[in-house]
Amino acid sequence: MLLVFVLAPLVLILGYSFFQRGRFGGVVFNFSFDNFARLIDPLYVNVIMTSVGMGLVVTILALALGYPTALAIVRLSPKWRTIALVAVLLPFWTNFLVRTYAWILLLNNAGWINQALQGMGVIHEPLTMLYTPQAVAIGLLYMYLPLMILPLYSSLASQDAQLVEAATNLGASPWRVFRTVTFPMSIPGVLTGCVFVFVPAMSNFVIPELLGGGKTVLIGNLIRDQFLKARDWPFGAALALVLTLLLIALLVAQQRASKRLTDGPEERKVSSRA
Amino acid sequence: MRKSRLAKFPLWLTYTFLYVPILVVVIMSFNASKNLFVWRGFSLEWYPAVFADGAIMTGLQNTLIVATSVTILATAIGTLMAVGIHRYTRGGLIRAFAIAPALLPDLLMAVGLLSLFSLLSMTLGLYSVIIAHTTFAMAFVTAIVLARLANLDPSLEEASRDLGASAARTFWRVTLPQLAPGMIAGALLSFTLSLDEFVIAFFTTSPTSPTLPIAIYSMVRFGVTPEINALATMLLLVSVLTVIGAQRLTRITDSL
Repeated sequence: MLLVFVLAPLVLILGYSFFQRGRFGGVVFNFSFDNFARLIDPLYVNVIMTSVGMGLVVTILALALGYPTALAIVRLSPKWRTIALVAVLLPFWTNFLVRTYAWILLLNNAGWINQALQGMGVIHEPLTMLYTPQAVAIGLLYMYLPLMILPLYSSLASQDAQLVEAATNLGASPWRVFRTVTFPMSIPGVLTGCVFVFVPAMSNFVIPELLGGGKTVLIGNLIRDQFLKARDWPFGAALALVLTLLLIALLVAQQRASKRLTDGPEERKVSSRA
Repeated sequence: MRKSRLAKFPLWLTYTFLYVPILVVVIMSFNASKNLFVWRGFSLEWYPAVFADGAIMTGLQNTLIVATSVTILATAIGTLMAVGIHRYTRGGLIRAFAIAPALLPDLLMAVGLLSLFSLLSMTLGLYSVIIAHTTFAMAFVTAIVLARLANLDPSLEEASRDLGASAARTFWRVTLPQLAPGMIAGALLSFTLSLDEFVIAFFTTSPTSPTLPIAIYSMVRFGVTPEINALATMLLLVSVLTVIGAQRLTRITDSL
């Protein structure tokens, strides 16, 4: 069971990516690297660059908003901490189509944000917000912000509060304490959060379609289209494989970096003793 | 005082960002007008309309069939797999494979399963969605039960065997009851995951048997209607109640 339904799909995708598309769809079992050669086509390179760019923008925004939030949650009283965490998670447990749909109501030309801005006299003509790359970025940020806040929170909450006290008692300013104590210790959490946001933000195909109006094509959309519209499964498989390899590389890099960061100080301690 | 206010500002910003969209949907579900952007007074008319909508009801029925089957299958297989891995393997490879579907991008699992189903010449339908969802839901069950197993005291099983109980009896009377909290948590998670899952279902179902998320997707794609607001509000309520219920339940079982 495990072997069939976990391993087989992965092997199939790996295998398909080297084969060719039949004349009527289907898969012709001719071994070649053609599918990977096609990836160099500027059209597809463009899509991959857009996806990476979108992933980066969303990740940076999530970090900018998520870090201060996680820090503020850690500083709450234990009772409020629990409530604040559940409140971060709750949207995550609600249907993701519903949450995307909510942004259609907000961003529409006649939508709530335009109404509010016009009501306040900030703008006179409605702003076009829906069906833009910015709308896609907002939708993705909204979807995956909790995935940034949670690892940040657990990394910040597990820090020894005495270190901050020690630094403060020794006369460090709050900013200096943050810069030299709190932030460096939270880097593993930052890395985890960034991977958690970047990975799904890059492969999502529903938000680009519903909020981007199909104008923002990300790698997820491309894979979906190869499988369900163009019926070119081998090329779709090659794309999926490239995406996965990229993500695995990221995960490995993140694990290594975290490990080095947590091991680093120990080694230094040992060497200074010697 | 001023400093603590400043520190709490990100909290307000984040929670506003997270909850305003949801609030808008809930408020508009009670709107009397068919216009989605203008408030014309309070009305409950969209709620019965949801239940009269054929596409939504078919989707709901399909989703409930899938989620229930997935919960049973994933909990059973996931638990057995966790016990097997815990007892008979030391290396991380099988463990990694068992948990992989929970970590891999859903899109990869979706296209992989679609390829597998077509290679086996299976016609797509609800049962292919059930198999697909079970694959990734059981990964979560395995992970949760494995975590529980790691904290289990092996001397209890040993005591049971020493006192003359058979291996099967020990498993039923000693091991399983201790795993129950993990299994319940895994079952609830499987149900919620399957209920909400869109990407894998989208690839592995046939057009004639859409699940609820797929039905919503088609509706939203062809324009927004007030019924979606009412449906979304009800789904929100179900999610909130499930999360609260799960928290209560884990607290009760943990105290046992």
